[in-house]
Amino acid sequence: MTMMVAVDDAQKLSFKRPIGDGDTVIVYERHDCMRAVTVSPGSELQNRFGVFKHSDWVGKPFGSKVFSSKGGFVFLLAPTPQLWTLVLSHRTQILYLPDISFVVSCLEIVPGCVVLESGTGSGSLSTSLARAVAPSGHLFTFDFHEQRASSARADFQRNGLTSLITVTVRDIQGEGFPKQHEGSVDAVFLDLPQPWLAIPSASRCLKPDAVLCSFSPCIEQVQRTCETLRSSFTDIRTFEVLVRSYEIKEHCFAKSVSEEDGSPVGPPPQKRKQSTLPANKSEKTESNFSVMAKPCNTARGHTGYLTFARLTVLSN
Amino acid sequence: MEEEKLTGSEETSAAKANGLSEVNRAVAWDGCSVLLDINDGDRLVFSRLSPSASIKIGNKKCSLRPLVGCPFGSLFTVETGPSGPHLSRSAPSSTGNCVEEISKDEGQSVNEIRDNRSLIDNNTAQSLSSEDIEAMRSEGATGDEIVKALIDNSSTFEKKTVFSQEKYKLKKQKKYAPKVLLRRPSMRSICETYFKKHPQRTGFMRVDTLSMLLSMANVGPYSDALVLDKLGGLVVGSVAERVGGTGYICSTYFGTVPYQIDIVRMFNLSSDVCARILQAPFSDLSPLQNAPSECAMSDPSDVRPGSPETAQPDPSNELLQDGDSLLDSRDNGDDTLTGQKPVKPGRKAPPEIVKSWKDNGFTSLIIAAPEMDVESLIMDLLPLLAYSAPFAIYHQYLQPLATCMHKLQASKMAIGMQISEPWLREYQVLPSRTHPHMQMNAFGGYILSGIRISNSNTGGVIEDKAA
Repeated sequence: MTMMVAVDDAQKLSFKRPIGDGDTVIVYERHDCMRAVTVSPGSELQNRFGVFKHSDWVGKPFGSKVFSSKGGFVFLLAPTPQLWTLVLSHRTQILYLPDISFVVSCLEIVPGCVVLESGTGSGSLSTSLARAVAPSGHLFTFDFHEQRASSARADFQRNGLTSLITVTVRDIQGEGFPKQHEGSVDAVFLDLPQPWLAIPSASRCLKPDAVLCSFSPCIEQVQRTCETLRSSFTDIRTFEVLVRSYEIKEHCFAKSVSEEDGSPVGPPPQKRKQSTLPANKSEKTESNFSVMAKPCNTARGHTGYLTFARLTVLSN
Repeated sequence: MEEEKLTGSEETSAAKANGLSEVNRAVAWDGCSVLLDINDGDRLVFSRLSPSASIKIGNKKCSLRPLVGCPFGSLFTVETGPSGPHLSRSAPSSTGNCVEEISKDEGQSVNEIRDNRSLIDNNTAQSLSSEDIEAMRSEGATGDEIVKALIDNSSTFEKKTVFSQEKYKLKKQKKYAPKVLLRRPSMRSICETYFKKHPQRTGFMRVDTLSMLLSMANVGPYSDALVLDKLGGLVVGSVAERVGGTGYICSTYFGTVPYQIDIVRMFNLSSDVCARILQAPFSDLSPLQNAPSECAMSDPSDVRPGSPETAQPDPSNELLQDGDSLLDSRDNGDDTLTGQKPVKPGRKAPPEIVKSWKDNGFTSLIIAAPEMDVESLIMDLLPLLAYSAPFAIYHQYLQPLATCMHKLQASKMAIGMQISEPWLREYQVLPSRTHPHMQMNAFGGYILSGIRISNSNTGGVIEDKAA
């Protein structure tokens, strides 16, 4: 039983919770090369490191290092919504961690909440929303594209999320959310080409003071959305979230030369710290080596604007 | 007619309100923690709706009693009544409508272009004096009436652009008709408020950074989350809010005195959730049962910086009002809904739970201790994580995280590591006036994240340990 989002104590990650038949594992080859694999004894995984037998994996803890026939290795990680976002198949453009985490926080989603989402897309955000509402809440997600809705449903099934997520094929821009949700929803998320068309329906579904979020790549969409929000919503705020990554590098410099020589003296020796490095690293003593950090050269420049608003509380 | 569409559990309304789901607590109750937003964020105050709670606005002191029973998101204005100034529930803000009127005016203003070329700022534009205004007040004029009178008596008002008129009106409203918005405390509002008003208290933790920490550490249901929180409890409270009433949050500390986690009490966490917030010293959690931290033992100079703190509430917490019972260590009385004594968060972790943490490993690790030595912290705490469990470390300085990341790579204790710097920008979106805010926060800290792995080459299979 896969445990991307634990819905009971037995599913949670633990030293004592071994990899089993039918589990989804995230096979980690490198930080930029991972994939989801469903464990099935008799099956094999083939990659640049060799051939890996699934049967070797069963019984080991998640986080184990496993070896191929030729001695190469990979790590088997427990699936999480973050890792899923990085390995899922993109049927549409997806949301990544910075936007996802900000959305979940600003929508004030806690366990037990009922959340509406449209469109479902590839299910990247949906998976994180499921974690946020679990175990007693629910996500109702809608997409007007039947095939994509189907693929999302299949993913959620594979990841053990069907008790938390219901996927429906529906054109929210054209028809609004179903009437059954009116007055009962704690948060709404919209990722639509024309979100203003869905706002009247969203305003009927949300409880007073509950939060709506609309994600749009273009500023014109944001302007029109905010204009439409003003009649029933308050506290309307628009943000951009990005992240800058850093890379590190060792820097070994020559041992410091005495000043009398007139030659350049390197940085002063580092204070010797308690080190738990294995013995064979001792040649790199901390007096002639340091770690430097610099921002990465490439970065995502823009994903979309996030507009949040609260349904106005009436005074009667 | 409202129906809860929660799938699964049937719960009595009392259990619902006090159980896993806090979502039904949409109405402020006697004794709850609230965030008061005065004049659209000009002033933010945390308070607790106790019988004696009050707030001072301008020179008027008003009781907070009228807030009890009102939904979060309600707006109040200060009105003068027979028994003195009091807070009275008012209609939602009219600023939204102002903007709509401006949009209508836009058509007209294309023909008559106004600007400020002839406006001279010599303080003679307003013909009402402060005595006139006081006289109006004592005759019982409302704040809005005073604002209207000021506009009518201003010789330059008509010459201003519509945007300028709106700004003028808002400014007068803030002074003569101040508004108090009753906000629900949540991770977002608590973090933003501290960041805006007293960031040093919460280690300059910005809301997008805190959000990322929670996601990166995979905080969710049934999490056994290990947290080292030296930000007053902001992280512990946020983690607990996300975990809900399942799993555990272990707030750990070095030395013998738990770190103060006052801020947790602002979250309005239910008893069930509070019962899940436990404190345990590192010495209890460490596999070396009787030893204090390894580093402290072998290298006396590597003592944890920061002197041991008392568990007393922090009197320098200016965001809480004087005499605020939020800091009071007395019981707040019985929970009004279930009649049970509320559980205080942060009780000492019982031995059987500590044992289960050792046997199972923690499922998440978050470190938020900007003043402490990150490298030795991670070396001590990482081994307590289950394999494949994620960790996220918040720090204000890059270099210590870089060194830490390098050390972890070399020791092969973790993979998937990343140093991230979150970036956040807010926009003003108004017709013909859309642009990023003029003021921007430049820095929200750094995060080192990664996943703990087993570097055992023996590939052992898990055996059932005897309980």
